[in-house]
Amino acid sequence: MPQGQPARDNGTTMSGAASLIRSLEAVGVDTVFGIPGGAILPAYDPMFDSQQIRHILVRHEQGAGHAAEGYALATGKPGVCMATSGPGATNLVTPIADAHMDSVPMVAVTGQVASAAIGTDAFQEADIRGISMPITKHNYLVTDPAEIPRTIAEAFHIATTGRPGPVLVDVAKDAMQAMTTFRWPVELDLPGYRPVTRPHAKQVREAARLMASAKRPVLYVGGGVLRARAWAELRRLAEVTGFPVVTTLTARGAFPDSHQQHLGMPGMHGGVAAVTALQKADLLIALGARFDDRVTGKLSSFAPNAAVIHADIDPAEISKNRVADVPIVGDCKEVIAELIPAIEAEFAAGTRADLTGWWRQLDQWRDNFPLGYTPAENGELMPQYVIERLGKLIGPDAIYVAGVGQHQMWASQFISYENPNTWLNSGGAGTMGYAVPAAMGAKAGRPEATVWAIDGDGCFQMTNQELATCAIEGIPIKVAVINNESLGMVRQWQTLFYEGRYSNTDLGSRRIPDFAKLAEAYGCVGLRCDTAEEVDATIEKAMAVDDRPVVVDFGVHRDAMVWPMVAAGTSNDEIQIARGMAPEWDRSDD
Amino acid sequence: MSKHTLSVLVENKPGVLARIAALFSRRGFNIDSLAVGPTEHPSVSRMTVVVDVEDSPLEQVTKQLNKLINVLKIVELDPGQSVQRELVLVKVRTDNETRPHVLQTVELFRAKVVDVATDAVTIEATGSSDKLSALLKVLEPYGIRELVQSGVVAVGRGARSITDRALRPVDRVA
Repeated sequence: MPQGQPARDNGTTMSGAASLIRSLEAVGVDTVFGIPGGAILPAYDPMFDSQQIRHILVRHEQGAGHAAEGYALATGKPGVCMATSGPGATNLVTPIADAHMDSVPMVAVTGQVASAAIGTDAFQEADIRGISMPITKHNYLVTDPAEIPRTIAEAFHIATTGRPGPVLVDVAKDAMQAMTTFRWPVELDLPGYRPVTRPHAKQVREAARLMASAKRPVLYVGGGVLRARAWAELRRLAEVTGFPVVTTLTARGAFPDSHQQHLGMPGMHGGVAAVTALQKADLLIALGARFDDRVTGKLSSFAPNAAVIHADIDPAEISKNRVADVPIVGDCKEVIAELIPAIEAEFAAGTRADLTGWWRQLDQWRDNFPLGYTPAENGELMPQYVIERLGKLIGPDAIYVAGVGQHQMWASQFISYENPNTWLNSGGAGTMGYAVPAAMGAKAGRPEATVWAIDGDGCFQMTNQELATCAIEGIPIKVAVINNESLGMVRQWQTLFYEGRYSNTDLGSRRIPDFAKLAEAYGCVGLRCDTAEEVDATIEKAMAVDDRPVVVDFGVHRDAMVWPMVAAGTSNDEIQIARGMAPEWDRSDD
Repeated sequence: MSKHTLSVLVENKPGVLARIAALFSRRGFNIDSLAVGPTEHPSVSRMTVVVDVEDSPLEQVTKQLNKLINVLKIVELDPGQSVQRELVLVKVRTDNETRPHVLQTVELFRAKVVDVATDAVTIEATGSSDKLSALLKVLEPYGIRELVQSGVVAVGRGARSITDRALRPVDRVA
């Protein structure tokens, strides 16, 4: 609704619960993922009558939270989840923490026991406001029904502005049951919240000056570029400067993979060209990135010769891990938009370093060390092949959602992302079980889009109950289970760092459960594929189904490993392209 | 490590102290002393936090504190440009022989006696940390029965006020 316009029923007397639902409608909520229970029950009664809000009844609150994340990332609108007090609320903790790590705009509404019972260890009481303090951008406990509309308005404002993040609103049951007068619009009372979006002109000029003279620059692009919806500006900046681009795990899709200037993903499992470009750079232009340990490797040896321009909307990220030479606080869209004319002015004034030598070097790394994998000696189906074929056959317009582990890295490496917000995964928190519910949320938010979850057999068993939700609510997602019957990434570390002692990583999931049968039991189509020859036909079969969710169980070689790899705590210079195999730099340095 | 005194203006709302304390603990910063109280604005509370950190983590503390929605403003008070005080209440064992010596100490330190019993006196003293530790050192030989000390409160010298511009008019509407 337009800002400041009185909402429907403004000034009407109603219950606090009705006022809660009216407020959610007034901020534009159309989808809520949740499960009712005692303390939140009052809210579910008026929601039953809402013409605007579709409530999707999930099977576990964690599913509601990840679905809200998937919805948010796919649509750009804040995701909303709802749960009751106590265990309902604590089940939201993981997705809230996940959203906090990856800056996902989300509002969680929880019921709380009646205000008189708060603090008495009442039935299903948990101090969710206290519990969620370190994992939310902000949170509220509402005990006065008159405060409900303003609180909801503030929660959505905070979740979606500045650095986005999760906000939790805990509402006492008696506040929902009491009568109140619904007022909308409401004044926000946030005197301490003033996110800076407009960059400082002097810093932008200083950045442009460094950029114009840099001989080995790299645009280090993080997820903030996607949150700021700055992909068009980024592309323009890259093309104006001719600088190479790397996109982190959370930024995949912010810059087309097919673009000549794209070096791929940096980090622990990044490509040699992307990792090494950062290491050898003389200037990093970090845009909405946070120098995460998975990107930098051993921090003290990261990009040792580079000056750093760091643009981020969150001032606390700047110089947190790596000291910035030019700090720029601001929204990436505005920062990049202002950087473009500033750098053009530098070029026009005749300052422009020649990047030919740098590109020659980068192209050599790219040509000499492409991504790849070695087929299994026993001829078993390779997971990389499956994912590569999925990407090829499904194409760049679909939304891909991964869990966490080997399959996630391969999905990031072997699928070509051409469009923003088509790659959803749990980056910072590394939450196994993210894929199925997040894919459900993405599909609920964008029903016209094809949504594929690429999941591991470990992850899939953490949250696959939401297949029931998908089947019943008509949310036909597709799930590719990359089944190596192991906690594959943990197993890989056991192979590399624990002498192959596979302690508790064998899941036996080629035998139990039968994923295809499980899918059928959930009202989905279940398919199975164990050989390379069947892969394309199976994917096409899955693509042909559009009235139900589909689960494909791909039985793959269990010893496949993710390469390249920078072992945890070591320098990015120690990158290995296969076990015990460092890149032969001589070949490229001639 | 060096001590830094931060004046943190916060909204006077439930849970704010918990948020701040939790932030310090989560980010691994030690609070040396903490004092909270009202200000001339009923909606604003003021915390004085003394932290023992180097400059670069201090910047991170300040930035993280600033991210809390209920935090309005943070000012680091330079010891030379501010008045910093803490309060101590100390119960000292006395008898007829030692009482005059104790009372003399009280006078020398410009402290005062706030309670007297047959075998003890309770002394109230205000001052800088240095002054109070000097006082306590002198009193110690007589026998300290109980000691309670406040956190540091601090205010900048001169006419300027840090609370003036903390509350800006709110013009945002949902």
